[in-house]
Order: sequence, then C-alpha cells, then structure tokens
Amino acid sequence: MGLFTELKDSISRVTERLFSEQEPKRIGIYGPPNAGKTTLANRIARDWTGDAVGAESHVPHETRRARRKENVEIERDGKTVTIDIVDTPGVTTKVDYEEFTDEMSKDDAIRRSREATEGVAEAMHWLREDVDGVIYVLDSAEDPITQVNTMLIGIIESRDLPVLIFANKIDLEESSVKRIEDAFPQHETIPLSAKEGDNMDEVYDSIAEYFG
Amino acid sequence: MPEARGKDDADGVQIDLISGQRMDEMATMEKIRMILDGVHDGKIVILEEGLTPDEESRLIEVTMTEISPDEFNGIEIETYPKSSANNSSLLGRLMGNSESNAKLTVIGPADQIETLHKDETLISALVSRN
Repeated sequence: MGLFTELKDSISRVTERLFSEQEPKRIGIYGPPNAGKTTLANRIARDWTGDAVGAESHVPHETRRARRKENVEIERDGKTVTIDIVDTPGVTTKVDYEEFTDEMSKDDAIRRSREATEGVAEAMHWLREDVDGVIYVLDSAEDPITQVNTMLIGIIESRDLPVLIFANKIDLEESSVKRIEDAFPQHETIPLSAKEGDNMDEVYDSIAEYFG
Repeated sequence: MPEARGKDDADGVQIDLISGQRMDEMATMEKIRMILDGVHDGKIVILEEGLTPDEESRLIEVTMTEISPDEFNGIEIETYPKSSANNSSLLGRLMGNSESNAKLTVIGPADQIETLHKDETLISALVSRN
C-alpha cells in the first residue's frame, strides 16, 4: 500500500469521525402537568449519569423552569446514543393559584402560579426554537383526549419533530395504554412506569432507535 | 368590531363568531390580541377556522404572560380534534390540501367556561356569568 493510499485512508477516517460526532440532540420531555415528566427525566438521568434532574411532587407545576441534563449517553446493542434531556414544565392554558392553597400559604400559592405561568411560556418557546425531538409523556390513568394534548401534538407535528408518546403510570390500576394508542394512533406509544422503573428497556431501545 | 350589546349592557354572555375570512386578513399577533382582549372582557370567542399550530403555541405563551392572581386565570380552549382517519377537512381533501388546519375553535375565560364533555363529534360546555 503506497503512501498516498495510506494518507487518503487516514484523511477519510478523520473526516468520518468529525462528521459522525454530531452535537447531542436535545430531546424535550413535554406533556400536561403531573404526567410524570420529571420522574421520567430523573429515571433516565439516574440510570445513565447517576444524577437527578429535579424535584418531583404530586402538586402540579413542581417544575417551573425548563431544565437540561447534558450528554446523557444511552448504550443499546453496543452502540452509544448521546442526548440532552430537557425536562419542561407541564403545559396548560390556565393557572389558578387557588388550586395550590390546600398545600401551601396564599403567598406561596401565588408565587407558585406566577412561576408556573413563566415556565409554561418558556416551555412553548423551547418547543418552537430549541428542541430536536420530543418525548410526550401522558398519565395513562387519565383521559388523553384533552385540548392541551391535541394542541401540543399538533404543534409538534407541524414542526416535523420526531415524537414518541410515553404512556406513563402503568403501575396504576386505572391505567389504559390502549386509550392513548387509540387517541394518537399516528405515533408510537411506549408503556412504562417511570416511578417503578417498569419497561425501561423498551423505553431506552425506542429512544436510541428514534433519536439516535 | 361592531357590537350588538356589550357584556355590561345585559345580564348575559357575549359570543363573538369570527369568520375565517376575517382572520385571514390579520397577522398572528393581531389574532391573538383580538382573542385575548375579547376573553379579558368575558366574551366567548368562536373562530370558524381556528388557528394554525404555531399561532396556538403563541396564544398559550401570551396567555401565560397575562395571567394575574384574582384577575385572569387564563383561557379554556376547545377544538374538534383531527382523527387519524380524517387528517384534513372534507373540503381540504377535495381540494387536495392535506395540510388544512380549519377547525372550529371555542375560546373563553377559564373561570367562566367549563367543558362538560368532548369527543370527536361533540363539544359540550357550560358557560357561566361572572
């Protein structure tokens, strides 16, 4: 093998590496409040980086700022997929501070609702500008045909973003994955319990396949 | 917009039905402003052809910035969802426009309109006076 051929192979290897190592894709975790988005983000982050993303709570709007966990390396079948996870506040069209007053003082409830509205606006901005793909999380124990879900899926589709629907909370008795599959048959639905860690292998397989 | 009766003129709820033609002539922010100004006044706004997904996203964003404790809790919005078997309106399909977004949309103040039932062919809502 001549010097020229060796040089050509070497250049080809370098360019291949340069162009194959793309920036990690930013995957936004979206969905209505209390669907388990942060529980899922924490489960993924803990499984692959050892760290959590944020606090979880049964009170809606616990996540009031979009939070990014960078360089989450997911290994599947000997290959590594690197993504940035963006955990976003639950999207809604209304926020009433009185919904929180059973759990906290009026001042804290007002502060929470103000931060929640800023968080939802921020989440919408991320969706329009800054994510490369979406994991849409739904509580499988709730009716998925809501205006917010229909609108958000429509917004995601209009931006041609790849989307996976995660039917979360399958550990609950009232859970119905079929209801979600029937509501959004145009997208792949993966059942899971982020809290219990059920079916996470399929979750990671689909993330790697879809966003890798 | 000419108004037959303002909300304060009668013990009732004003409903504005806005044609697709009227909306076509407006820029995105003009549409959003018109919707939110109406909702702030306690009106129910019905759009013959709805909003595009991008406009819906901006409507949510602007609504969030205007929510104020004890004054404005946000909006209730309902549209007919597009089923997978019918991804476009009949007219849209006849015209070969599979991207048609025309969908009847009802928007009102969150504290005055409550959706009682919704499926692919029916929206049932309760409208109350403040």
